[in-house]
This record gives sequence, structure tokens and C-alpha cells, in this order.
Amino acid sequence: MTAPGTAEAGRGAPSGVRATARVTAAPDGRGGTALPVLTGEGPLALRRVRADGGWARALLVGAMGGPLGGDRLTVRAHARPGARLGLGSAAATLALPGQSGEAARYDVRLTADAGAELRWLPEQLIVGAGSDLAVATRADVAPGARLVLREEQVLGRTGDAAPGRLTSGLRLRVGEQVLLEQELTCGPGAPGGWDGPAVLGGHRALGQLLVVRPEFTATPPVARLLGDHAALTPLAGPAVLVQALGRDALEVRRVLDGALAELDAPDTGP
Amino acid sequence: MAATTSAYDPGPPPGPVPAAPRAALLVLADGRFPAGGHAHSGGVEEAVAARRVVDGATLEAFCRGRLHTAGLVAAALAAAAALGTDPVALDRAADARTPSPALRATARRLGRQLLRTARATWPHPELDALASAFPRGAHQPVVLGAVVRAAGLDGADAAHCAAYESVSGPASAAVRLLGLDPCDATRVLAAVAPAVDRTGAEAVRAALRVPESGTGALPAASAPLLEIGAEAHAGWPVRLFAS
Amino acid sequence: MHLHHDTEPHGHHGAASGGGHPPVRPDGTRRALRVGLGGPVGSGKTATVAALCGALRDELSLAVVTNDIYTREDAEFLLREGVLAPERISAVETGACPHTAIRDDISANLEAVEDLEDANGPLDLVLVESGGDNLTATFSRGLVDAQIFVIDVAGGDDVPRKGGPGITTADLLVVNKTDLAPYVGADLARMAADARLRRGGLPVVLQSLRAPDGVREVAAWVGARRAAWVAHP
Repeated sequence: MTAPGTAEAGRGAPSGVRATARVTAAPDGRGGTALPVLTGEGPLALRRVRADGGWARALLVGAMGGPLGGDRLTVRAHARPGARLGLGSAAATLALPGQSGEAARYDVRLTADAGAELRWLPEQLIVGAGSDLAVATRADVAPGARLVLREEQVLGRTGDAAPGRLTSGLRLRVGEQVLLEQELTCGPGAPGGWDGPAVLGGHRALGQLLVVRPEFTATPPVARLLGDHAALTPLAGPAVLVQALGRDALEVRRVLDGALAELDAPDTGP
Repeated sequence: MAATTSAYDPGPPPGPVPAAPRAALLVLADGRFPAGGHAHSGGVEEAVAARRVVDGATLEAFCRGRLHTAGLVAAALAAAAALGTDPVALDRAADARTPSPALRATARRLGRQLLRTARATWPHPELDALASAFPRGAHQPVVLGAVVRAAGLDGADAAHCAAYESVSGPASAAVRLLGLDPCDATRVLAAVAPAVDRTGAEAVRAALRVPESGTGALPAASAPLLEIGAEAHAGWPVRLFAS
Repeated sequence: MHLHHDTEPHGHHGAASGGGHPPVRPDGTRRALRVGLGGPVGSGKTATVAALCGALRDELSLAVVTNDIYTREDAEFLLREGVLAPERISAVETGACPHTAIRDDISANLEAVEDLEDANGPLDLVLVESGGDNLTATFSRGLVDAQIFVIDVAGGDDVPRKGGPGITTADLLVVNKTDLAPYVGADLARMAADARLRRGGLPVVLQSLRAPDGVREVAAWVGARRAAWVAHP
């Protein structure tokens, strides 16, 4: 915590809370994965949970809620060569307005070294009315490493007249090559047409599933629709992106889970 | 001076003669410029079929959404290309900003078609080099920026041209698909015009950061329904527009 | 019934280089002859293309580009008929404006022709079939070297008299489905006479594809154009 005073005291101050959670995974030499680094701060607490099959799993446990306006939260996860790290969250993240009127930032930095496997599967981000949040997720994947990344956004809580404002960026780099760079901006004050027929079309839940696998170089999955408002698309490299829109979080989750199950099935070809 | 006599004396020019070329931009941005755009709806054909675009108001919302996402990205790529950024790097940046393979293929087709017409229109060694580097076509905005250079125009011209194309294509397709009154469609374009100007300016600002910061400085605004819809459209057995 | 056969190619060869397209391949040989087939909906363009492919495929390396307003339908017809391998058929979307794609903005068609040449090696002949349109639709000389306009007797025997750019300027006018003339009360002699009057010496063929080898005259005309094209300096 680098904000003045405690996390509680930092709430609402112009600078908000600064907090970083770090996890580093490495092979433990016995066929499993150790977590030599596992540290959280303030609203970003990390807890190791049971896992098997050579995996290490950790959950972000929302100790305080947030992010609130002015907060600056960072998650850094690093899977060293050969490690298998699964990272999730115990509950949804709820963005709320702060007292300062400042925007909040939530940065996620994922790094998978050669031969490593990293899964980032947090629960939904709910963008509450009046909040203003910029999320930036950056995944750096070495050639030969594997990644599963899921992000879901719910625009507004039930009963909110309008969602908050969200800018959600996602960048994937495999080796030296940036394979995906996208940024969605929505909510009050977003550029015109964000809720119109070209962008969200009134949908209030959306999600992205990004899967990187070396074998996609030789056999890329075929682009396909997944229902009315979702598609699986191979990127210009060994990765696929699933984008899904839905009426609610459940609908989006169903589509993304289905897509991941299909990709995980031994026979993923058509 | 030769002692020519003429009854017509235009007198001194009314003011400074504009040095910047302007008419070439009109040639390039003309909807009748024969570079294949007429067969592309910019996603409107799918949006009409899904009943998301049904009239002038929904067309305007579509155009605004497309302008601030795909339009902004295209405008910045075009401006960066016009300013001389390496087209190979820009083409990769365009791939990264286009997750839909259907849209990547469309962008390359349109790039190839634009380059064909432009090489006949404004012959230039840089265009020849671009054609050699991308025999299957580079992303259309990257080609557009190079064409703008060949035509003696600048980065702002490229950005405005790309931003305008991002809405003019859908508007004219909507006229054909919905039987929309052409005046309504043109009114939509006029209503969106100030936003086109702002988008063009924003794109140029981003492009000017590229020499220092790399292509990561380019905007990456995304439109999920355009991308999902493009994949749906590409699978139709029967369609009027190529995209 | 072959009313007139002008064996002299009708100029334009040098002009067929639109879109920066030279009429020679990089190796100096002439590229494929491109023949456009236009005409109203239902006049038998696709059937004529299919019959031409059947008649010419043994002697010439062929490919077809279709421009149906509903993309792929013509291509699928050709595939069903088994006249050409699928990789020799390409379909182009026209944005609901078939005449634009063959006349005002020929980019997509030129690209399709190029891709067919790339995929199938040197070709001798590419047939470009327009989507069904009205009587004013003609091909750009930047896209095709010669064009055939196809009408049929069931469309009304006054069509040749009415004229229009397709009727009057096409390098070959085909009056199709002559076998239907008795059933629709069409006066073939009158159609032929009107066409001759309108076309000032350009050839006209009346054909029925139901007759054995019904496409023979059109195939011969295309063959002559092809021979003249190859011989052109």
C-alpha cells in the first residue's frame, strides 16, 4: 500500500488506494507448481487454494470491495517456464464511484514463459452507476506457452438507471508479435454509438475469452458463431478470441464456458 | 511579359492562393472512386437483417458507433501510413486490431482493389513497392495512407478520408437495403460530419505519436457487434454485399 | 440461324487495360481473353455460359466469374452442371448494383479474374457473367475485351426494336430460347430484322440451347475472337 495512511483512510482521498497483488509460479521439482511469490495488499488479497494435476491455484479475495474512483489496482501474475498457474477471484468485482470524482484504474499483467500455462479466470466486473473505471489487461506469452484469459463485464447493477463508464483494454503479445489490441469504451460520456447497432446494441453483459496455444499455429480453430451474439475468431497467430454479448452475465458465461470446453476437448477440429 | 490583349481581366487574386492540394482529396473520397467499396456495406447488411438498423435514426447510431471504433482505428492507420510509417508494421497493427478474420480478409481485399486503382491513377514507386510487399493486399487504411502520399495529400487528409469512408459506405448501403430515402441517409452523414472531423483530428494526433511510441500508440477501439456480425455475414449463403 | 458474322474483331483491344492491367502477362504472352455476358434476368446468360464451357473446355483453358445479385447462385448452377471444376468459378458480390460491378467500379471483378489466373495457371478465356440487369447495362472495356448481350424471345419480340446500349453496342447479340417463339407469339424474323437495324452490322445469333449443339454459333464466335486476340501484335 503506497497511499497515505491505511487502505481505509486512503478511501476517498484524491489519490485513492494504490494496491498490487503479485503471484509468481514455478515448477516445484516434484511435478507440481510452487508459488514463490504470493502477496496481496488492501483490497487485493490473494489466497492459495487446492489444485491438482501439477497446477497451482490462487484466488483474489475481495477484502474491501472496489475499485472506487481514484483507486489504482494492479494484479501481476507470472508463470515461469514449465509452471501451471490458475488464477481466479472469489467474487465479482464491483466498480463504484469514489468521493473524489476521479477515475479508477485496474491493471492486469500476465506473463507466461516458455512451456508455462497460465489461466486467468476471474469473476465478472460489474460497472456500477456513476463509476468510472479503466481496465487494462496485458498478456505477454512466450512462444510455446499456453494462456486462457477470460474477462466479463456487466454494465450496471440490477436497478441502475445507467451503467458507469468503462474503458476496457486487452492486449496480447505472443513473442514479439502483438496479436490482439482492443479497447471497448462504454457508458455515460463514451463516444457516440457505443450502445447502438454497431457496438453493443443494448446488451448489458459482455465477455472475452482469449486462448493461446502453440498447436494453433499448425491447426487454427475455424471461425464460427456461438449463438446470436458471440463468435470465435482465430487471430493472426496462435490464438483465438471469443467475444460474447448477452442480456446478462449468465448468458455470457454459458457461451464462454461452452467455447472453452470445446477448445479443451481432445478433438477440437470441425 | 508578352503583350497579350484580352478583354477579360481577372484582376489580382482575391487573396492568398491555396497551396495545399484539395481536389485530389475529393477525387479519392468520392463514393464513385472505383476501388470496390460499392460492394461493401460496412456491416449494415447484417445489421439490417438482424433488425438492428431499421431507419434513419438507427442508421445514425450505427454510423456513430462505427466511426468511433473501426473508423477511428482506420483513420489513425491511414494517417500513420501517410506520415511515412513502415506499412509492414502498420499492417500488423491492423491485424491485431481486427480480431474477425472475415474483416481482415475484407480489409485486404479492399486494400488490394484500392491499390490497383491508385497505381493507375497516381503512379508512384511507393505504391509499386507496397504492391510487391503485399501481393494479396495490405489492410485498406494502410494502402489509403500510401495513396494519399502518392496523390500529394497529407496525414490529415488520409485520416479524414478513412473516417468519412467508415460512415459513407454504410449510409449508401442502407439506402439500397432499406429503401431509405436518400435524403435521410445524406442527412445522417451531415449530422455525423462534425464527429468525423473530430475523429480525423484524434487519429492524426495518435499517428503523430507513432514515430516515438510505436504502433502501440494507435487507437484500438473495438465494436463487438461489427466483429461478430461480420462473421455471421461471411457465413450467409446468399448476400448482396461482400461485407 | 446465323444472320451475320463479322470476323473482324471490333477494335478496343488496346483499350482493354483498365485498372493498370496490361493485356500481356509478365512473360510477354497475351493474357486470357475476357468475354462479358450481360442481359436481362432470366434470358439465359448462365445457361449460355454453361453451354460455352461445355463446348470450349477441351480446347481452351477456361474460367468463369459470376456476378449474380444473389451471389453464388450462378456459380452453384455451373457447379451442378459439372461444366467446370469449382476452382475455375468465382462469384463476386455486387452490392445490389450488378451494373456498377461490371461498368463503373470493376475492381472486384478484376481481382476475381486475377485470382483465377493465379490459381489455375495461364488461362485462355475468362467468361464474366453479369448479374441480371436491365437493357442499359454494359461492360467496361477495362474489364472485358468483348461482350455478348443475351436476350430471349419470351422477354418480348419488341426488345430489339427498343434498343438500348446492350442491344446496340454489344459485340454479339444473342436472341435466346428461339424454341419458345411459337408459345409466346414472338416473331423471330421481326426480332432479327429489328436487331440488324439497331446494330449497324454487328453480329446477331438466334439460338436455342435445347437444340443439339445449340451453342455452336456463339462458341464459334468466341473461338474467332480468341484467335484474333492471340494473333494481335
